[in-house]
Amino acid sequence: MYKIRYDMLMSTREAFGKMLAELGARDERIVVLDADLATSTRVDIFAKKFPGRFFEMGIAEQNMVGYAAGLASMGFVPVVSTFAAFASRRACDQVSISVAYPKMNVKIVGAYGGSFCGKGGATHQAYEDIAIMRAIPNMIIISPVDGIETQQALAEAIEYDGPVYFRTARPDTPTLFAGDYRFEIGRGVVLREGEDVAMISTGILTLDALEAAGILQEQGIEPYLLHVPTLKPLDREAVVRAATTAGVVVTVEDHSVIGGLGSAVAEVLSRYRPTYMAMVGMEDRFGESGADAELKEKYGLNAAGIAKKAVQMYRAKKGL
Amino acid sequence: MSLTDQEVEAIRSRVRNVRENVLRMIHNAASGHVGGSLSAAEILGVLYFKVLRVDPQNPDWPERDRFVMSKGHASAGYYATLAEAGFISPAELLTFDCINSRLQGHPDKNKTPGVDMSTGSLGQGLSVGCGMALGARLKNLDVRVYVLLGDGELNEGQVWEAAMSAAKYGLDNLTAIVDRNNVQLVGPTEENMPLEPLEEKWKAFGWEVLSADGHDIRDLYEKLIRAREIKGKPAVLIARTMKGKGVSFMEGTAAWHSKAPSDAELAMALRELGGETGV
Repeated sequence: MYKIRYDMLMSTREAFGKMLAELGARDERIVVLDADLATSTRVDIFAKKFPGRFFEMGIAEQNMVGYAAGLASMGFVPVVSTFAAFASRRACDQVSISVAYPKMNVKIVGAYGGSFCGKGGATHQAYEDIAIMRAIPNMIIISPVDGIETQQALAEAIEYDGPVYFRTARPDTPTLFAGDYRFEIGRGVVLREGEDVAMISTGILTLDALEAAGILQEQGIEPYLLHVPTLKPLDREAVVRAATTAGVVVTVEDHSVIGGLGSAVAEVLSRYRPTYMAMVGMEDRFGESGADAELKEKYGLNAAGIAKKAVQMYRAKKGL
Repeated sequence: MSLTDQEVEAIRSRVRNVRENVLRMIHNAASGHVGGSLSAAEILGVLYFKVLRVDPQNPDWPERDRFVMSKGHASAGYYATLAEAGFISPAELLTFDCINSRLQGHPDKNKTPGVDMSTGSLGQGLSVGCGMALGARLKNLDVRVYVLLGDGELNEGQVWEAAMSAAKYGLDNLTAIVDRNNVQLVGPTEENMPLEPLEEKWKAFGWEVLSADGHDIRDLYEKLIRAREIKGKPAVLIARTMKGKGVSFMEGTAAWHSKAPSDAELAMALRELGGETGV
């Protein structure tokens, strides 16, 4: 059973930056494109090691995505790096038409996915990146929970031949998958196997969901917890199993409740196993500036907020 | 370098076939962009019948020159040229725009042999061409990249992002060509969103600027060869053209931007094209 290692702190962006430089040494096909955010997204580590394969494209995300498509057509594996907000909102059409439609082997890495962007507020928060990317055919979408999963998933994303959207987060967060873990594209990971209420989570909020599981257990509620690092393709069988086991489902994500994990799970369950659901995520509104913990508390994205919704669903199931 | 009269005549005759096929395709499909296909006919012809190092028998040959049809809506002209060059059969042209066809309204690289990049959403092709040129340089490949842009397409900001970056990276294995036909969907480019002074704009972005009569085969050829010899910066060829060129009632008007000819209009247009060259 995986336990949170609070002594091992690392942001997923940092883990990504380190792994990218490591992979760059092994795979000469990798080239990296940056839109003037290298020190924030951490592709600066790659840039220092491989200046000949690093391209500063300026604050011009649309053009950067086009370059990546062109480089991919010449046999390179371009990694496009910017904030999640700009990769998805700003360059949406380029991602769709120059990358996804022709199935170019481009990896789009959106840093600062979700709420936490150093107090930047609504312009820099990305609550719709997964929704946008999920609606684009041919896209693989990965949102890892910790540094270890980030590094494994990045290696898999580079190996995979086709477009990938890879979401990283800014905060330094603890480690979940210390020790024996193997990431696979499209595979969910069961973290708890209780039968009272199922939580399905993605990205760094899986850590909060796991803490929420502790709160639930203290109240005598045994939760099921499924972590889904791949949002597309979604692990349909694992989702249906979670719903079948517990009978009620709470999805957990640092993203809008429209179009993200909650929607993806609802799409599966409404078809294969209709189940009462609640969603933890950003309600249909723009974000704001604030410290990470303040944002989490205000929008119910912390363990207490998740546990509260899970208890509600459990009580509803029991007719309490 | 110049072309002999015989070479010019051979290309001209093939370009006439392209024009005729464009009209038949668009008439048959009752859809397609005729004006911009006809304005680009000589540009595409000189590229595919003379300048580009490509192999229709081996369309994915890694060391081929690349061509990006950034003005993807002129797909009828592109497909008719690819057919004339031997990438696809002329018979297939009449499937253009039909359901299940390999010849989509806008080019799809995964469907049509010889198409190097999917295009259609305007403004994206130059960035892709830049990426190809950069990739060719990183691999030390003697590959030249050509990108054909519409003039209306230059309204898109991404074109100028790409222009800035191509100069930064000194992409001298890249040639952009602007089909300067002066007319976009709604009307004249200078009324819609003025582009002039266009040559000065490209110069200010760090490009070598050439211009040619976009219907003069010899002039186009010479300028494309000259563009190849420029070192240290990218080159753009402004090809002055006429929208709907070759069919009197289609020339110079936005009305034929994306209109399909009727039976009678097709017959009239084909007569004009034949008559012009005495066939």
